[in-house]
Amino acid sequence: MIPLSWYLLLAAALFCIGLYGVLGRRNSVAILMGIELMLNAVNINLLAFWRYLTPTVIAGQAFAIIVFAVAASEAAVGLALIISIYRQRSTVIAEDVDLMKW
Amino acid sequence: MSTEFLIWLLPLPPLLAFGLIVVWANRSHRLSTGLAVGAMAVSWALGLVVFARAVGVEHLGEEPFASSIPWLPLGTGILRLGVLIDPLAAVTLFFVVWTCLAIFVYSIGYHNFGRPRGAHDRPGLPPHGGGVEPLYSRFFAFISLFAFGMLTLVVSDNLLLLFIGWEIMGLCSYLLIGFWFGKESARQAMVKAFLTTRIGDVFMLLGIAALYKATGTLSFHDILRSPDTLDGLARTASVVPGLSLAGLIGLLIFAGTVGKSAQFPLHVWLPDAMEGPTPVSAMIHAATMVSAGIYLILRFFPLLTVGWHPGEPLTTTMVVVAGVGAFSALFASTIAVAQNDIKRVLAYSTISQLGYMVAAVGIGAFVAAAFHLLTHAFFKALLFLGSGSVIHGMEHGLAASSAHGHGDHDHVDPQDMLNMGGLRRRMPWTFATFVVGGLALAGFPIVTAGFWSKDEILSAAFGEGQLAVFLVLAAAALLTAFYTARQIGLTFLGQPRTAAAEHAHESRGEMVIPLVVLAGFAIAAGWAGIPHSFPVLGGLLPNWFEEFIAGTLTGHPAAHAFTMAPLATSLVVSLGGLGLGLLVYRRLPRGAADPLARALGPVHRLLHRKYYFDELYDRIFVRPARWFGETFVYAWTDRAVIDGILHAVARGSLRLGAFLRRAIDVAVVNAFGDRVGDTTRAAGRTVRVVQSGRVQAYLAVGLLFAGALLSYFLLVRP
Repeated sequence: MIPLSWYLLLAAALFCIGLYGVLGRRNSVAILMGIELMLNAVNINLLAFWRYLTPTVIAGQAFAIIVFAVAASEAAVGLALIISIYRQRSTVIAEDVDLMKW
Repeated sequence: MSTEFLIWLLPLPPLLAFGLIVVWANRSHRLSTGLAVGAMAVSWALGLVVFARAVGVEHLGEEPFASSIPWLPLGTGILRLGVLIDPLAAVTLFFVVWTCLAIFVYSIGYHNFGRPRGAHDRPGLPPHGGGVEPLYSRFFAFISLFAFGMLTLVVSDNLLLLFIGWEIMGLCSYLLIGFWFGKESARQAMVKAFLTTRIGDVFMLLGIAALYKATGTLSFHDILRSPDTLDGLARTASVVPGLSLAGLIGLLIFAGTVGKSAQFPLHVWLPDAMEGPTPVSAMIHAATMVSAGIYLILRFFPLLTVGWHPGEPLTTTMVVVAGVGAFSALFASTIAVAQNDIKRVLAYSTISQLGYMVAAVGIGAFVAAAFHLLTHAFFKALLFLGSGSVIHGMEHGLAASSAHGHGDHDHVDPQDMLNMGGLRRRMPWTFATFVVGGLALAGFPIVTAGFWSKDEILSAAFGEGQLAVFLVLAAAALLTAFYTARQIGLTFLGQPRTAAAEHAHESRGEMVIPLVVLAGFAIAAGWAGIPHSFPVLGGLLPNWFEEFIAGTLTGHPAAHAFTMAPLATSLVVSLGGLGLGLLVYRRLPRGAADPLARALGPVHRLLHRKYYFDELYDRIFVRPARWFGETFVYAWTDRAVIDGILHAVARGSLRLGAFLRRAIDVAVVNAFGDRVGDTTRAAGRTVRVVQSGRVQAYLAVGLLFAGALLSYFLLVRP
């Protein structure tokens, strides 16, 4: 059986890739994708700990499903905002959306 | 209903009419007329019922109709408000309701009720050419209030309520004299009348206050029918040396009469009051206001004559009253001789006749004064309404003659008697009634009421041994007869002297009927008081008036024995004056000047200008008052002193303010504020670079610090 630490390493790698996307990319869609990656990395952690440490209770699975739901709705709202901004200003670059800055 | 209840109701209908007309009937001439005349007719009917019941009481003087309610609780007692009808009030009520009703009906015709409004007529100016008066309803509202004031005064049982009625009339006379307020002269006349009568009223109010202080009551019955009270007042010394308190109060109240009844020296307002419409002149001069003054001193006769008994020398108060009255009588009749305005002649004649009554009161002839008050009210109302009819006819004649192209007299004054003449053929009814009134005024023997009352005053003066008063009044009677004949001659006899007089025509029925009614009274009123001792006629009719009215007083004055001298004098002056007047003025030709002007020369001018009293009062009262107001109060006190202080304070404050601003506000407070602001702004400018708004940068910094903290806790302090 694959040891637990492998899963944790995979999750940490995914989280770092997502973090890079959030911090390093200028495209709003790419930032959103980074956030999704980070959330899914967390999900992997949750499921791995559930499977290896407390397989008899259902809490870990339930937690993961709630995170799915949050991630999906967040992606929907985020994309809707981005499309709306794109229609107004023809750009998806985060720094160009600076209406409320001095 | 009880008589007292009827008396309470009596003054109210005109007040109600006034209110209704003012509030909602003022747009409809028909409704206003109906309300005012209807209300007056109700009061008239009530007045006659009350009068009839009063006559039926055996000893009305001892047991008058009286009723009162508590009104004003004061510290020491309660002022009661009530009504009282004793013989004097009953007689006054009788002529007041009759003349008032006549005047109300006459006003309908005088203000051209029912005619369309003239195209050029403006509110506040007399209508031209027979259009309806623009302020028709307002007139009826005012005279209704006036009638209310007079009726209140007559039925009141105390001095305070009487004073209230008195002042309501003062207000109404002000409003009515200035009814045509578009005329400058009317505006001045209204102010003059108001202020002049106010002088008398102030003294009268002082008298009322003194009376209340001395006796603790204002009720006529308590003061005037109680010998103890009167004697007490007569024995108390007043602040004026040589005058008892009764005498002083009497004189103060008499001052009210001097103002209201236009006696010398406050006579100046009455001739100017002719600026009002003619029914107003009749209202003020016959029926109500001036009668009120005489009514007041008749009412206070016991107080004025306290300590005096028939046959004794007059008291100081009585000498003053008799002197003012007799002087006014002669003085005003001399002026009347030289006036050309038909209404002004009557105005001075009124002053003169009121002087008769005042003089009669002054010599203790109560009955004679009351009798003359009654007859005078009727014939003077008749004369005023008749003169109004003449003026009305002349105005229509003026309009007609200019319409027919005879407009050579564009500036004909329709009130100037020199512009009239020959009106007896054009206005027969007016002529006939005017002659009746004029003869009554002149005291034409036997037939007219004026003869009986005037003769009674003269014989009282003679009988009391007041020869000076007698002679002055006789001279005034001669002049009265003369100017009456002059007036009739100039107005009605001879040939028309202007086109307007040629085209004049008789007035409407509403105006003629009151004239006829009043003419009846101008003759018949005298029959009530024919002395028993009069040769031939005496005793044919009972001397009802004397018996009735004398009941007002506690002591019954003895009738004077008949003597020939006053009767002869009265016959001579009356017939002589009339004859002389007719001789001179029977047929004055067109364009001629007054023959009297040539005969008397500068004296005529003096009389024509009314002894320059207006100019004199202007010099000594009006101009100093103006100077006091405009120069002393306004220019000196207000502008120089008060404004000067204000301006100085203002300038000082301004300087102080500027200094404080420089030294404290700008230097300390503002500088501190500026420094704090600048510092804050500089700090902000320095620090704001960090706050870029880039979320990614924030997150990167957050990651950095999180990494640093993690490293610290994991590596440095494991």
